Amino acid sequence: MRILIKILFCMWIIAGSLAGTALAQYDYIDIRNPSMRKIPLAVPPFQVIPEGSDIGARGAKLISQYLDFTAYFKIIDPGAFLIPPNRPIPDPENVNFSNWTPLGAELLITGNALAQGDLIDLELRLFDPFKQSLLLGKRYKGYARDLEKIIRRFCSEVIYHLTGHWGVFDSKIAFISNGTGNKEIYVCDFDGSNVRRLTTYDSITLNPAWSSDGKWMAYTSYAKGRPDLYIQNLRENRGTVVSKKGINIAPAWVPDGTDLAATLSFSGDQEIYLLSRQGQVIRKLTDRWGIDTSPTWSPDGKRFAFVSSRSGTPQIYIKEIDTGRVERLTYQGRYNTQPNWSPRGDRIAYSAMERGEINIHVIDVDTRTPVRLTYNSGKNESPTWSPDGSLIAFSTTREGGGEYRLYVMTAYGTDQRRLVKLPGEQTMPAWSPRITE
Amino acid sequence: MKSRLWMVLMLVFILPGLLVTASCTKKGQKGPTVTEQYGQTTPQQPQRQEQMRPEGPETGAIDEEELARRRAEEARRRDMQVSREAFLNEHLYFPYDSSELSPRAQTKLRKKADWLRKNPGLTAIIEGHCDERGTTEYNLALGDRRAESVKIFLTNLGIAPTRLLTISYGEERPIDPGHSESAWAKNRRAQFVFE
Repeated sequence: MRILIKILFCMWIIAGSLAGTALAQYDYIDIRNPSMRKIPLAVPPFQVIPEGSDIGARGAKLISQYLDFTAYFKIIDPGAFLIPPNRPIPDPENVNFSNWTPLGAELLITGNALAQGDLIDLELRLFDPFKQSLLLGKRYKGYARDLEKIIRRFCSEVIYHLTGHWGVFDSKIAFISNGTGNKEIYVCDFDGSNVRRLTTYDSITLNPAWSSDGKWMAYTSYAKGRPDLYIQNLRENRGTVVSKKGINIAPAWVPDGTDLAATLSFSGDQEIYLLSRQGQVIRKLTDRWGIDTSPTWSPDGKRFAFVSSRSGTPQIYIKEIDTGRVERLTYQGRYNTQPNWSPRGDRIAYSAMERGEINIHVIDVDTRTPVRLTYNSGKNESPTWSPDGSLIAFSTTREGGGEYRLYVMTAYGTDQRRLVKLPGEQTMPAWSPRITE
Repeated sequence: MKSRLWMVLMLVFILPGLLVTASCTKKGQKGPTVTEQYGQTTPQQPQRQEQMRPEGPETGAIDEEELARRRAEEARRRDMQVSREAFLNEHLYFPYDSSELSPRAQTKLRKKADWLRKNPGLTAIIEGHCDERGTTEYNLALGDRRAESVKIFLTNLGIAPTRLLTISYGEERPIDPGHSESAWAKNRRAQFVFE
């Protein structure tokens, strides 16, 4: 029985809503506004009983850190607080808002926890000090060691409440690193933490791609000497290798499906095919002499964008599955590749080579207006959208030495910063969908 | 009693030492101790014996015909080695973002086709490579096209397609790690390896 309870605790953090919260209001953060002002947010240390636990300070710091990552907020420096910055606030449930409005804190998060052995019972609240109202209240019971997980869950609730999207806290990023001397796939959490190595082929491994449920990953590896396509279940030790003559590259899973598109050249020409998860060719998706590669699906799975050399230079095209209609998307520049369709559907990020630089651009699918997001920073490649479409991860040589590092920025190109610090070079980030187990 | 012991010690240590130094002809310095001189001289003795031994009788016994045959064989082997190395080391170069074979590349390929005809047992792998400028996925496709265009040219010259495999490395295996125009030119290539 004790074991059963333990298992239950391991798998679920028991969460509940606190009474008296307002209905969700998305007007705090309009994610479609490129010139959005950052919202000032204060996060004082939680009140913890019994005193002396570090949960209060650690929890508040984690919330600040996670929410800061979204670039929606300006975290107010605790040194400016009108109450002692390292002491928990006296009454987390009935806040004295006059302590917070003078700081310009438009949002305030408070916490109070009861620690019993290795278990915690934590209440977290989101307030609007100017409206003097409670926006969101949640109660979590779980192991103290799962504090990060609990905080992430609450931060997801905060972002959902403010934007109507679940945010990035339940996502991971796969990427390629050559720190061991060989290119292998690694996976980290949304913010670059918890890096772990996924493959050990001691070969060249490239292009990781997540399935919509986050349970499968497809990629190309030369593990058997040739560029083969690996389709791997991440939880069970099973999968398939597509090893046709020529190249087997650039996988892209159909959203909410079990099939995937990939570039194969067994016919002597590089075309995009639809494959089953078992690696069987279902049908040909492109049929044009020349290079067709790098498919990326619209979120509804009805269209895909891809790179084709059919005009003489690599450009991005969109093909509609039902009608078979193909339209050219990019006309500026002579080298536009690596399209990645936003999970919100409205925009496609890609990399454009011009005058020795490579820069990330985003193009509106309907208006066809491209916007450049990176400037004067060497090569910027492989854009990948976060599952809520708010952020873009990419690789860049801006730190010098021609070495690639992973960076992240907002969908509008602001807040560009380094994502992971690892030996070697990091390339080809692939942001996972929201994975909630 | 004491002086007799000294005599014995002299006989045992110094006398053989003197003998050895004498046989060694010149040895500018006297060694610090006799035993050390022993250590230095002993390996020289078998060496000298070897030098004294007359040359083996085989060399002289080879007749002229055999010698010529051997020389021809050696030359043939050297030629084969040279042509094999040329086959492997003379790469075919491509213009930027192109898999078209230049007239120069075609001349090289005709030579390679001859070589493949003379070595019918061999299967070759054609590797397609790109410079670092483009993006990885596109370059994998471009490298594939480069290798494929070489394969098609050779099969049109009569080489069996079953003897030619292709593999694209895209920009993963540059020959020149530099970032200059000349490094890129060297890296945009197709090259041959044996299976």
